[in-house]
Amino acid sequence: MARGITNQRKAINTAAAWAVGLLIFFPILWTILTSFKTEAQAIADPPIFLGFNWTLENYATVLERSNYARFLWNSIFIAGGSTILGLIIAIPAAWSMAFVPSKRTKDILLWMLSTKMLPAVGVLYPIYLIFIKMGLLDSKIGLVVVLMLINLPIIIWMLYTYFKEIPGEILEAARMDGASLKEEILFVLTPMAIPGIASTLLLNFILAWNEAFWTLNLTAVNAAPLTAFIASYSSPEGLFFAKLSAASTMAIAPILILGWFSQKQLVRGLTFGAVK
Amino acid sequence: MATQHSRSAARIMMAPAVVLLLGWMLVPLIMTLMFSFKRYLPLRGGDLGWTGFDNYIRFVSSSAFWPAVSTTLIIVGAVLIITIVLGVLLALLLDQPMWGQGVVRILVIAPFFVMPTVSSLVWKNMFMDPTNGLFAHLWRFFGADPVAWLSEASVPSIIMIVSWQWLPFATLILLTAVQSLDSEQLEAAEMDGAPALSKFGYLILPHLSRAITIVVLIQTIFLLSIFAEIFVTTGGAFGSRTLTYLIFQRVLESQNVGLGSAGGVYAIILANIVAIFLMRIVGKNLDA
Repeated sequence: MARGITNQRKAINTAAAWAVGLLIFFPILWTILTSFKTEAQAIADPPIFLGFNWTLENYATVLERSNYARFLWNSIFIAGGSTILGLIIAIPAAWSMAFVPSKRTKDILLWMLSTKMLPAVGVLYPIYLIFIKMGLLDSKIGLVVVLMLINLPIIIWMLYTYFKEIPGEILEAARMDGASLKEEILFVLTPMAIPGIASTLLLNFILAWNEAFWTLNLTAVNAAPLTAFIASYSSPEGLFFAKLSAASTMAIAPILILGWFSQKQLVRGLTFGAVK
Repeated sequence: MATQHSRSAARIMMAPAVVLLLGWMLVPLIMTLMFSFKRYLPLRGGDLGWTGFDNYIRFVSSSAFWPAVSTTLIIVGAVLIITIVLGVLLALLLDQPMWGQGVVRILVIAPFFVMPTVSSLVWKNMFMDPTNGLFAHLWRFFGADPVAWLSEASVPSIIMIVSWQWLPFATLILLTAVQSLDSEQLEAAEMDGAPALSKFGYLILPHLSRAITIVVLIQTIFLLSIFAEIFVTTGGAFGSRTLTYLIFQRVLESQNVGLGSAGGVYAIILANIVAIFLMRIVGKNLDA
């Protein structure tokens, strides 16, 4: 009897949650579906949901017309480069704050977080000017550095909260056994920290991939990543729904898949450990 | 415990991160401050000398300033209310026992991973386009005249796009908080016959208050600087110009760096007020 009631409640919950979930997901689903339609089917009234002739034509057109591969490569280079560079700088810093804390560690961590709060538009022109002076405008290296600096506080914070959970006794035991500092980090700490480092890498790759202020303002042609590629569809090409959808699907698909793996880390990374 | 040796090693290992962030913060900040006191027009004579607080006064007294401030506040406020109210409801729903919970979570979280330029364009064209958009089809189906969303109701349209992007974030954090709720307490309340509404008001909401505060603060910081959503939809037209966008236009479109920098300083002060509260909460958490 009681089981029947819970099952009934479970069914209602399931129906409600799926309805809301599908509603929220619908714009993405619709974009993916539209990318396989012809332009005429894409704007048909009444709209066609599934009963259309699936075609890959739009993907072919997008690939052929714009240099999609270059935008994609730029996105990978910029997001990947900034994340890896960030990790190289952040791992030692997070290590020392987690295992050799001093009185000022907390202040330093909070100060690092505060640099993240600086509104980008407030420092747009200085960065723009520095980029021109150094010949970095529209260069991938420049963006790698800027995005690395933007995400560095998040990287350090995430690593710090992960490192904090590694028991210090294990490290001390290694030290007792005569491991040098370098060995301690390389052979004892790193293997234990790999899961934390991997999720940090994933989340920051996603954040850098989607970043759309600096990537739009500091690139023109050579270094423009997918954010800028899509922005170029703003008009009038945007009115070709099927091609817009194909381009959009190609821009978001890789990150959507990565994102689903990193949803748990998202909470931790973006609230700086304040919500567990 | 920590030896002298490891202390100095720790300092050396922290140095690159600290130096880089210090430079990243100070150099542009000092330059912005300097420019804000200058008449500086890169395309019309360059650096034309110091002007005191002229730019600050001109930025505030320009006819575009107050509308931009109110648009910013309306967008931030509305998105916060929508994402938190819906986020709490959605978190409570997702916490219930159901089939396929993992899949629903994935569906709900997905919008957060869509790059802002894509979501803005998809909404702008495929949903809000007055002739071929899905909303126009829907309106015609019910015999109504389609709405030219982004020109007739630009601010509500942008609020809708941004809310869609941020609802997953709010939901996910609130869900994490809901899941840490003490189930024994809830069961005790249920045994005592507490009605659902008072259970929500006296138990769940107080438990969520911290998570809600954090969502408010973090979202405010991001929402104050939304850019791509306006850049690709209206380009700041039809009353949708926010403070961030106004500064962007002053600096890069009209190349009035002095004026734009003064605006930038205002934006920095505004963000800092929010940031101070956020840091307090995060800082408290570090002690615990």
